Amino acid sequence: MGSTIDVAKLNWMTTRLDEALGWARKFSIFQYPFVTACCGMEYMAVAASHYDVDRFGAGFPRFSPRQADVLFVVGTISHKIAPVLKRIYDQMTEPKWVVAFGVCTCTGGFYDNYATVMGIDTIIPVDVYIPGCPPRPENVLDGLIKLQEKIAHGAKVALPASPSSRPPELQAPHRPETHL
Amino acid sequence: MGDESPNIGTLTGAIQVRFPQRVMATHRFRGQETVLVKREGLLELARFLKDEPPMRFDFLMDLTCVDYLTFGISPSSAPALATPSPLPYYMKPKPVQETWDRFVSHDACRFEVVYHFYSSTHRHRLRVKVPLSSADPVVDSLTGLWAAANWFEREVWDLFGIRFAGHPDLKRILMYESFQGHPLRKDYPVRKRQPLIGPLN
Amino acid sequence: MSDEWSIKTSAQEHGLATRHSLLATETRHMFLNVGPSHPAMHGIVQIVVELDGERVLNASVEIGYLHRAFEKESERGPYNNVIPYTDRLNYVSPLINNFGYCLAVERLLDIEATERCQYIRVIMSELSRITDHLTCVGASAMELGAFTVFLYMIKAREWLWELIESVTGARLTISYGRVGGVKADLPQGFAERTRRALEDVRRVLLECDGLLTRNRIFMDRMQGTGRISKERAINYSMTGPFLRATGVALDVRKANPYFVYDRLSFDVPTGEHGDNYDRYLVRMEEMEQSMRIIEQALTRIPSGPVNVDHEGNVLPAGVMVDEAKMGRVAGFKQARVRLDPTLEGSTRGYHDAVNAPERRAVLPAKEDTYGNIEGLMSHFKLIMVGHGIRPPQGEYYSAVEGANGELGFYVVSDGSDRPYRVRVRPPCFTIMAALPELLVGDMMADIVPTFGSVNMIGGELDR
Repeated sequence: MGSTIDVAKLNWMTTRLDEALGWARKFSIFQYPFVTACCGMEYMAVAASHYDVDRFGAGFPRFSPRQADVLFVVGTISHKIAPVLKRIYDQMTEPKWVVAFGVCTCTGGFYDNYATVMGIDTIIPVDVYIPGCPPRPENVLDGLIKLQEKIAHGAKVALPASPSSRPPELQAPHRPETHL
Repeated sequence: MGDESPNIGTLTGAIQVRFPQRVMATHRFRGQETVLVKREGLLELARFLKDEPPMRFDFLMDLTCVDYLTFGISPSSAPALATPSPLPYYMKPKPVQETWDRFVSHDACRFEVVYHFYSSTHRHRLRVKVPLSSADPVVDSLTGLWAAANWFEREVWDLFGIRFAGHPDLKRILMYESFQGHPLRKDYPVRKRQPLIGPLN
Repeated sequence: MSDEWSIKTSAQEHGLATRHSLLATETRHMFLNVGPSHPAMHGIVQIVVELDGERVLNASVEIGYLHRAFEKESERGPYNNVIPYTDRLNYVSPLINNFGYCLAVERLLDIEATERCQYIRVIMSELSRITDHLTCVGASAMELGAFTVFLYMIKAREWLWELIESVTGARLTISYGRVGGVKADLPQGFAERTRRALEDVRRVLLECDGLLTRNRIFMDRMQGTGRISKERAINYSMTGPFLRATGVALDVRKANPYFVYDRLSFDVPTGEHGDNYDRYLVRMEEMEQSMRIIEQALTRIPSGPVNVDHEGNVLPAGVMVDEAKMGRVAGFKQARVRLDPTLEGSTRGYHDAVNAPERRAVLPAKEDTYGNIEGLMSHFKLIMVGHGIRPPQGEYYSAVEGANGELGFYVVSDGSDRPYRVRVRPPCFTIMAALPELLVGDMMADIVPTFGSVNMIGGELDR
């Protein structure tokens, strides 16, 4: 007869292992700051002591793509720099995540012209978008926490919208999808 | 402009006296003096401006170009009024002392290469413009006189397609080599992209 | 890159290639690629250096990776639409860019900002200059290993940004300047808070001075590296701290004063060697001078009819419009309106103090827009497509002293509501053009402090 493998138990074990890995990973983010433009100023503010990104375990930038697991794309990406960005992304080892920092990387922002790429997701996949021109440091930290949740749970879990901190009278009313 | 007797006291007057054949026109607008010069006379004039004691323009502050292709006929703006609109009641008309001329018609010169000189000894500025036709947009390079001209001229070549004769290394500076056309020309569409790598999807 | 690479090895130049290859102790020059994505490259610049051992023999600089078509974009919209783009030119000192552009358009229109507005512009420009120098010195110190200095200086910058935020509503991309004025008056208690913040900044600078200026390692790395002579610097049309470090006391604020700089006393610090160390000293001293300017300006700023409280006759704007539709307009001229925080830019209380009395360029106070037909029309005439600010045909080159040097805006108007051409003279462009000359002869490791002292700002360099 021999012993039978308890599949349910194995699943349980791998799930727990994934969780443990995710938990460990989310607090040891080695980021590669691909800083190009204005957003870099806010990136510096986030990294420095006032906002202190080290509290989230992401305070140690690596300037080699081989050693990094989160690519922070900070600032406008022009067509001239796009191949460089792609190459750096390709050089990073799995598992890897990409954060689009600032509205230029999210959508192109208000630079809609011959020189700029309209959002880096036309070149590389993006995990977390942090809009803002540039985003405030609080906004960046919010995005970072979202990324940590994503790292911890893999891509399986849809992220809940974070509760708004604005007073109720200032919140945007809920609108059904409209056709523009 | 040319029929006025040149005023020697001003910078432009002195230049007009010195280079009567080369200077096409001069004017003063909002306190800034401008000389329009034929491209054959540019190098000579630049050397004069740099070395002559009363001029002593030691800085080539800026070098750029303007494409006058759609000047005054910009399709995106409201049609220009034939006459200036009357002033509202609350505004006093200002005395007009200065004039600004395009001077040359659109066809004869589509481009104007604009040089801004500055003198750190006399603390004065001068603008020199060289009109160029679109058929033959070539002008002498100033790299021999100012090292600063090197990159400025590369930029004008890159964005406007003006060639500078005598430039040691005239290649694109802001755009990439495979880029077609010159983006700051008025006939280059704003959104015409030439991506180096294709979109992901 | 390799096929475009134009620098020959000196062995080839001297025709020694064959002889060299026969020798056993063959030495070859190494080509090293630095950037475009490199921690010391402050964003994106590529430098290819030819090395003999650690000595730099030749360098080639490739820029343009942040070309965002500022000049093309500014031809697309009305005059005021350019202002947000100017924020993002030199994004470390955006206020100076704002005011530089506004000055050019104002001169085209031949209008003059009010005195209070000019003082505000001076104060804000100098705050911006301090933040710029803090960032530059802090970042280049960090690259030399002095991380503490970086953290201290960013902390100081944070205090100044809080001040700037209290005035403009934003930390970095502020869009505070307007043609003919500024967006809003200084808030209540600004002078007091500024003085306190400057005290704090002074303390930080003193600490950093103690950490850096007589630090042996720092001195060894900065002194004598990246040298340039006075004559070459002028030949390259360098301006700003870079030129002043060579000993030329040229500052647009002194040489061709704009705003109210001629009424304020300040010194123009100069160096003598033109090396990295002198540039560092010049920047440190300039911060002190900027603080001097701010303190003087704060005491001399004319009060003007500043009245921002909304007590008394408060009326929400919407209610006011509704009332006006019913024809009940009596007393509206005096009524104060409670505005949205976003609209508080120009309320009647201080509108005349910070804006030029010029309806061709300046939006009316919001109370007037909502309260009477003249104000509404005046607003419409500036906002409607094809109307707006319409300078006469002409051109103007305005020069202001940016944090990196002379920041020029050359604006050509064809009489329509949008600028025909906006050219910005980027101060760090000419310095970057000289970078190969600065690097050659130094060691490989000296690239970092030299490049740091250039204070290359991508938005300004590539536009």
